[in-house]
This record gives sequence, C-alpha cells and structure tokens, in this order.
Amino acid sequence: MSLWRQAREVARVDLVVEGRVGETVRVIVPFAVAALLVLPFATGPNLALLRQVGMPVFWTLGVLFGMQIALRQSANDTDARRDLYALAGLDPAARFVGRAMSAAALLVVFLAVLLIATLALYDTPVTGDMTLPLAVALVLFAYGMAALATLAGEVSSGLRSRGALASLIVAPLSLPLVMGAAQTVAAMDRGTGILAWSLLLLASDIALTVVGVAVAGPLEESRT
Amino acid sequence: MRLAAVQPLVAFAGVGVTRDGNALVDDVDLEIAPGEVVGISGPNGSGKTTLLRLVATLLRPDRGEGTVFGARIGTSQVFGVRRNIGVVGHEPALVPELTIRENLDHVARLADLDRSRIVPVLETVGLAGAADRRVRAASRGMQRRAEIAQILLRDPSLLLLDEAASGLDRDAQGLIEALTRRVVSRGGAVVTVSHDPAHLEGCTRVLRITAGRLSA
Repeated sequence: MSLWRQAREVARVDLVVEGRVGETVRVIVPFAVAALLVLPFATGPNLALLRQVGMPVFWTLGVLFGMQIALRQSANDTDARRDLYALAGLDPAARFVGRAMSAAALLVVFLAVLLIATLALYDTPVTGDMTLPLAVALVLFAYGMAALATLAGEVSSGLRSRGALASLIVAPLSLPLVMGAAQTVAAMDRGTGILAWSLLLLASDIALTVVGVAVAGPLEESRT
Repeated sequence: MRLAAVQPLVAFAGVGVTRDGNALVDDVDLEIAPGEVVGISGPNGSGKTTLLRLVATLLRPDRGEGTVFGARIGTSQVFGVRRNIGVVGHEPALVPELTIRENLDHVARLADLDRSRIVPVLETVGLAGAADRRVRAASRGMQRRAEIAQILLRDPSLLLLDEAASGLDRDAQGLIEALTRRVVSRGGAVVTVSHDPAHLEGCTRVLRITAGRLSA
C-alpha cells in the first residue's frame, strides 16, 4: 500500500475518533472564543483600536490554540495503538503525514470559527477581494502548524517533559508561518503584492513535511 | 544430497534490556524454528513481557544481537517484517473509540488486506452480533476476541501470546488454541508466556525466565 493511501487512512480514523470524542469542539474552540472576548474588556470600547488589532489577535490565538489542537492530535497514540500500527506495517512516514493531515483539517475548521468570531467581535474589515487570499493563507498556515506540531509531538514522544518540550519546539519555529499568514492578509489590505509571503508559507509547509517524512523512520526506530 | 538447515524465525544471542539501572532481560540466547510452540513461564516481573516485546520487534535491546525473520531488531529492517507478527498482549491493540468492525476495517486498509474477510472472521470469533459495539464499551473478553479477529485477518507467521488465556472462557481459550494450530500448520511459530504452567500445556518446548534470565 502506498504511503499516501496509508496516510489518508490514518487521517480518516483520526477524524472519526475526534468526531466521537469531540475534544476540539467541546473544549478548545470555546476557550479560544472566550480569549477573543477578553481583549475588548482590557482595552475598553475603543472600536478603532479593535478593528486595527483584530487580525493580529486572530493569528496570535491561532498559534496558541492551534498548537494545542495539533499537539493533542499527535498525542493521541496510546502504546497499544502504536503497537497496532507497527504490526499492521504502517510506514512511520505515512503516520506522520496522516496525523498532520487530520490535525490540519481540525485546524482549518477551528480557524474558520475563530475568524468568524473575530470578524463579528472586532468589526475587522475584510473585503470580498480578500476572501481568497485569506482562505489560502489560512489553509497553508493550518497545515504548517499541524505539520510542525506533529513533528514536535513525534520528537518529544515518550519523554516526561513532553508537553513543555513540544511547545518550546513549536513556538519559535512557527514564526515563519505566523509572519507569512499575517503578512499575506496585511499586504492584501495595503494593496501590495502577496506572492512573497504566500511563498514563504508554502515553502515552510513543504520544508516541514520533508523533514517530518525524513525523520519519521529514525524516530520510530529510536522509540522502540 | 545435503538438506538445507531450517532457518530460525527468531535468533537472539546475548540480548539484554536495562531500564533505570535494572536489567529487565539479560543475556538471552534463544532460537525459535518454524513449527515450534515455545512456552515461557516465570513469576510476575521476571521479564516475560519484555522478552515478548523484543521478539515482537517492538523493543530495542541494549546488548546483544537478535534477528526476527532475518531482520535485525532495533533497526529499520524490522519495519518490513512486522506484518508477519501477531501479538495478543495485556492491552488490546485496538482503537477504543472505533467499533470492533471498524477496527478490523482500519487494519485491513492499513495492511492492504482483503476486506471481504472481515465478516467471516467476525463470525469465527463469535463477534458477528457485537461487531458494531465500540471497543471501549466491549467487555474484556470481547476485546480479546476482537484482537484475535484482527490477528486472524492479518494471518501472521509468528504469534506471540502474553498471558492470552487469562480470564477467558473455554470458548475463547479454544479460539486461541485454534489460532495456535493454524499458525503452526502454516509453517509459523508461536511463543506463549504465562505465569501459570497449566496454560503452557501442549507447547513443544517450555523455558523458564527468572530475574530476566532464560533457562531450559
């Protein structure tokens, strides 16, 4: 079976499990939306300021809560499930890609909900022309965050300080993703070119996938 | 004419595993040939499960060398042979949030197996009526049957049983015995570990493990 088909199967089952457990919807989305509500209380009813900070706040919350979602996905494996995958002949690289795909799908949904809440609460101006670049930036950002967190989850798997270590890996390495996504939208708003920033996002996604696929086997080997 | 020597499925020489300064398994020499049913007995904490995980290629040794189906354990060579290994362990290797049928389907898709065999396999293990029950909600006995179904579907050549008969009714124990006969009849081998010598009756060879050391 090809790596791609195995990866799709891992992603499919991850999403079925998430659909039944519902952790992302039930826990993380309400917390993220609640976090959006905090800032207006801190700044007071300054609508001009809220409009200005709407998108930066969105991307910041996207990193913080997106990291939680993606790390939670990568931490789904129990020892028994790892054994199941190993003995079913699952390619470690396929597990990495599948897990990144399922986390990315959850992140896209999460970011879409968060974006709608941001637009509603902060009165952030988004014109019709911005819809497509924003959607592209959102999807590329979601996949990059998912791949990065999956990679961090794999690197720190089995360690006692897993949670802290994975977050420490993700936070600095997410910088090109945040810059790329935020600047794509900002450049669109200014009416300047978005190609360079979109390419930064795309290049980051590709680099993270290549690294993840390359190290999946050795990481699996070192874990036994 | 010289007959070619039968290649062992498992060959360990001086294999040992140490964790937190404790030797869980030490200096193990073990060869398992096709057709063998090897029993390993020993008290709790003697290293039975650790040894079984080494044979399953799911654990890397700190010392010594070992091969399973010719692949060196602790290296990426084992990725290619793991499909030939089936384990019935303490914790069922199943996804708890999926139903029993979905678990079999998942394994079949991952291992590129014939999915039309899922229903017959479920009937064989007596789970046809409970196939749509989630593993999390199934009884321990049902989970064990589901694990046996998963192994039947994969049809491995090396079957590893870790206290597999404990807590099972006569019917389920019969399933494990039938699975053992099936693997052996197809040229495979079985390793079964138990603290209860009664569960090792019928083995072609019984070894004892004490404080991580294996003896005849």
